[in-house]
Amino acid sequence: MSEQALLSVENLVVDYGRRHRRVQAVSGVSFAVPERQTLGLVGESGSGKSTTGRCVSFVQRPTGGTVRFAGTDLSTLPARELRRARTKLQMVFQDPISSLNPRRKVIDIVAEPLAIWGGVNRKEMMRRAADMLEAVGMDPAVTGNRRPGELSGGQCQRISVARALMLEPALLVCDEPVSALDVSVQAQILNLLTDLKERYGLTMLFIAHDLAVVKATSDRVAVMYLGKLCELGPVEDLYLSPQHPYSAALVDAVPVPDPRRPVAGPPLSGDMPSPADPPSGCRFRTRCPFAQDICAIEEPPLEEIAPGHLVACHFPTSSR
Amino acid sequence: MPEIAPAATPERPSAAVLGRRADDQPESPNGTRRKLGLLFWLCLGFIALVVFGAIFANVLPLPNPNLQNYSAVDAGPSLHHLLGTDDLGRDLLSRIVFGSRVSLVVGFGGIAIGLAIGGTLGLLAGYKGGAVDTVLNGASFVILAFPPLLAIIVVVAFWGRSLGKLTLIIGIASIPSLFRVIRATTMSYANREFVVAARAMGASTRRILLRELLPNVAPAALSFALIGVALIVVLEGSLAFLGLSVALPTPSWGNIIYEGASNNLLQTDPLIALWPALAMFLLLTSLNVVGDRLRARFDVREGAL
Repeated sequence: MSEQALLSVENLVVDYGRRHRRVQAVSGVSFAVPERQTLGLVGESGSGKSTTGRCVSFVQRPTGGTVRFAGTDLSTLPARELRRARTKLQMVFQDPISSLNPRRKVIDIVAEPLAIWGGVNRKEMMRRAADMLEAVGMDPAVTGNRRPGELSGGQCQRISVARALMLEPALLVCDEPVSALDVSVQAQILNLLTDLKERYGLTMLFIAHDLAVVKATSDRVAVMYLGKLCELGPVEDLYLSPQHPYSAALVDAVPVPDPRRPVAGPPLSGDMPSPADPPSGCRFRTRCPFAQDICAIEEPPLEEIAPGHLVACHFPTSSR
Repeated sequence: MPEIAPAATPERPSAAVLGRRADDQPESPNGTRRKLGLLFWLCLGFIALVVFGAIFANVLPLPNPNLQNYSAVDAGPSLHHLLGTDDLGRDLLSRIVFGSRVSLVVGFGGIAIGLAIGGTLGLLAGYKGGAVDTVLNGASFVILAFPPLLAIIVVVAFWGRSLGKLTLIIGIASIPSLFRVIRATTMSYANREFVVAARAMGASTRRILLRELLPNVAPAALSFALIGVALIVVLEGSLAFLGLSVALPTPSWGNIIYEGASNNLLQTDPLIALWPALAMFLLLTSLNVVGDRLRARFDVREGAL
């Protein structure tokens, strides 16, 4: 898999803060995304999923580890080539309002990537921006001359997507693109992203804290907890038989619209420990209902328990 | 695009947006065209009047501001001298109109210098952060720690007091405060997603500063700058009182007030000091009102969610 992977992340580490108050947001995360696939990245707030996404799209430099895009480690490129190369990695952000410059017209925001790279005259820029607005389901004649403050969150998010696609990226990192939207609008944006993925042959890293959202978009899912991966597998396997107790709790927490369905075990209690002072051994043990002595001593490695399904747990569901 | 056209169906534009958008003003940039109000236009009118007078003082039918007419000393307002004359028989209206040149050049010129240097550095420090910010910010504190009036007095006393030098010194003195305001405003935008997105698209630092940050920082900067102009106009008055504004026969608002307050003239002819003080008061009020209203007008409402 790693050979044709468009994106491969190896042992990614990100530290925040100065020497004495150091916090490790991401501690040794590895995964790969093959071309034209979507990897969902889930976890609760503070689990390091956004930081991972920012490193992948080179908005932020990791402290350690490598991010390979189409086989090359972009951090080794000279500044000029990096600037050109990173256009192939675009991002869609969580906050639809903050994602767009409030002072600029929608059409100019969408045309900006072309303006940065030049080579096309203004008329052509406007035409391509208008086409892209149409592709994301907006009417350029109506919205083109508006400013972001006049639009709804869903509309703003469509514009963010349009802007991200202008440079014909190969990889789109979506950092919780629908978390700030109404549920009805969420579905529209998810459908839009799925359609565009097909149309433009995109590879996606889809970050979310809502498993249902990830299920709708992803081929594979990675579950993060406190800066580490606990489980990585095809989306059906993860939903039907989650192996890590944390994934299992997340899957159980997805509401099912069936009143006769039995309640699946007690929900997790407690909060995530501070990443400044992570627990020894397995990071999930403080909240794990199955934790044993060994969990405090030895950190479980991420191991393949079925083809393409990796778990970091001493007592995965199938072995209990 | 037919296959996704249904997705284009109305997403609830939030009630706040709907309520505020005036349909008869489709060109409205923010969806909220706030009225500037009569007071704003009056104040802008007064500023325009002063600027007009300063530019065309030579062309206007005014007597020479330094012409001493001993047949009309300490004269009250009359048709011949609309605001009267001072103790040397010089026409006060003419002196005030010519004197506005000093106040305006020092005020606007000083702020222009401050904005050009302090503003640029502020944008850079606010966006870049890190070492650049630490160094520039530290330097601004060092300069701010000097009492500005004292510093200006010392420099003017040693270096001379031509209009150009005065403007330059005051401009330099205004750099740190403009730097700090623009740095702080820039910081509040520097980590917004639209800036990160611009970086991801490969935009150069220069482009991000000019296209993404400057338009957002400009309204606050403009409003602060207008207040800065007002402060400098007062500062010129203070310097004149210490005899450190432009050399004396040349009229400036500060100089006229200074002359009107000396030789016991406040008791005998208070109008001499009153007129320039009134002009100064009106100009300061106008600058403040205009700055404040413009800021309110250009404040973007972002909360559509």
